[in-house]
Amino acid sequence: MFARFGNWVREGQIWGSVFRHGVPRDRRTRAMAILTNVFLHLHPVAVRKSGIRLSFTWCMGGLTFFLFLVEIVTGVLLMFYYRPTVEYAYFDIQGLRATVTLGLQRELHRWGAHAMVITIWLHMLRVFLTGSYKPPREFNWSIGVILLVLTLLLSFTGYLLPWDQLAMWAITVGSNMARATPGVGTEGPLSSFIQIGGVPLVHAGDDARFGLLAGTFVGPNALLRFYVLHCVFIPVVVTVLLAVHFWRVRKDGGISGPL
Amino acid sequence: MMSSLLAAGSIFDTIKDGINALCQPHWFLILSVVALIVFLLGYRRFTKPVFAIPFAAVCIVFFLASCLDPNFVEIVKKADNVPIVMMMFAVSFFLWLAFRQAALNDEATENGQPLIEAGADDKVLVWPDLVYIELIALVLCTAFLVVWAIVLRAPLEQPADPNVAPNPAKAPWYFLGLQEMLVYFDPWLAGVVFPGLIVVGLIAIPYMDTNPRGNGYYTFKERPFAITTFLFGFLILWVVLIIFGTFLRGPNWNFFGPYEYWDLHRPMALLNTEFHDLFWITLMGRALPTESWAFVPGYIIRELPGILLVGAYFVLGPLVLRMLFFRKLYLQMGFVRYGVMSTLMLVMMLMPIKMALRWTLNLHYIVGITEWFLNV
Repeated sequence: MFARFGNWVREGQIWGSVFRHGVPRDRRTRAMAILTNVFLHLHPVAVRKSGIRLSFTWCMGGLTFFLFLVEIVTGVLLMFYYRPTVEYAYFDIQGLRATVTLGLQRELHRWGAHAMVITIWLHMLRVFLTGSYKPPREFNWSIGVILLVLTLLLSFTGYLLPWDQLAMWAITVGSNMARATPGVGTEGPLSSFIQIGGVPLVHAGDDARFGLLAGTFVGPNALLRFYVLHCVFIPVVVTVLLAVHFWRVRKDGGISGPL
Repeated sequence: MMSSLLAAGSIFDTIKDGINALCQPHWFLILSVVALIVFLLGYRRFTKPVFAIPFAAVCIVFFLASCLDPNFVEIVKKADNVPIVMMMFAVSFFLWLAFRQAALNDEATENGQPLIEAGADDKVLVWPDLVYIELIALVLCTAFLVVWAIVLRAPLEQPADPNVAPNPAKAPWYFLGLQEMLVYFDPWLAGVVFPGLIVVGLIAIPYMDTNPRGNGYYTFKERPFAITTFLFGFLILWVVLIIFGTFLRGPNWNFFGPYEYWDLHRPMALLNTEFHDLFWITLMGRALPTESWAFVPGYIIRELPGILLVGAYFVLGPLVLRMLFFRKLYLQMGFVRYGVMSTLMLVMMLMPIKMALRWTLNLHYIVGITEWFLNV
């Protein structure tokens, strides 16, 4: 009965227009299932058997990507409820906790972010310990390092948004570092030499920290700046680099294995 | 009953005091390095399940028993610290997994048997073999996250107030290694130059590592130097420093053992030794030079010994290392690769060196040109 209904669906025009191949039961249709699907064709059709063992890859790269997707979905859900201004930010989060039905998106978002930091480190550890950065995969390792940095920056910019004490002071500690950038931070080495006729060109109102916070302290401008970086700019850059990263995995010979 | 036993039992207090003492930064770091060396020397034995399983059990029991201590549990159960506990266990587990396979592979190679990863022609179709692994991993990960999200609420403290600074004010946990470096270095190094060089160094790894072996399989024997250096950086100078920053740094960034109460009124550590004092006053027996000489300002002359010392470290360091350890590696790598590698390594080693100087001599700056904010 169900089998007959299933067959009827699979032989109909709608199914056939979506999946341009039969049920993946033999080699040809299974290959087609990968080749004709825009998402699945990130994969090659066939892979080395030992390459996909869980004990080899730990699945950490895949989980990092999956957690990135979780962050996008939960992040969009959070954006429905959140306004990045000093007046509203904290109380929007408080309201989200108190009144939104099934309001787990902040928990999922925060724990997903922490988990993503851990999985990306473990992914790097695995790639290092299997020597998978060696030729021909040198460049993809470099892309991966940039993605690691961007993941930390995503997490860092998101940390400010709840606008509570934890958020504000963590970002204060972090952004104070920018003040010490050599040459372009007020308290950085050699910055005092950059002056014209005794007028310093690098001061608290234009140094690296000012550029990061759009102000001399963690205030409303910093909140807006971090919000835009967190929700738009860094995710877009990460998405582009992810595309390069995945594409290069395939172009450089797929999952690594003994040569 | 258990907790009253712990409160009354002096033997537990003695153990706790002992662990608190061992968790002082110098002991903790030295013990971590020793543990890493012992593990790497004996990885074939220690990764055997007969060692690994009891060790894991002891660690878990020890952790759970520690949770009976109110000061310990206070820090560990902080919502944002939970992922760090997960990370510690995850990193340990995956290290074991990697080195277990490395041990098996190294043994197999010695006996002329194939690697675990051997069989390059042995291909399987992505549908269904890989997509189902991915699906299952994804479902499990989702379930894990949902349970985590239900059990543990995301923290939300008081509204942000620029006038009330928490003590200690901590960076997000993944940057606590950098914040810990601030104890030993000025922000321009700990917060800007070192993070930058960590990124550059990581990117440079594949271009510096000319060892063709160990590409695509777990091994330790075929690339001991690369793996040891990486693990030293990752485990000791990153993970251990995060553990310091999260669990052991309390008010005023003072150090507290895991079972100690975070006392706000503990006096702060004094830093009163400068390298220029050691050189000019203690060694030369004279006052600090303040007069400028020709166009060189007095403070440069004052700091000259420190500048020369740091300069010699970076100029002579690579040469000495080459003579002592890296003769073969130098030939293999060539001048440029070796120069970059040894410089990055010397930068990395600045951290433990400065730590040791701090612990032994209470040294503040090696080069202290405070006039320019140029302090090392």
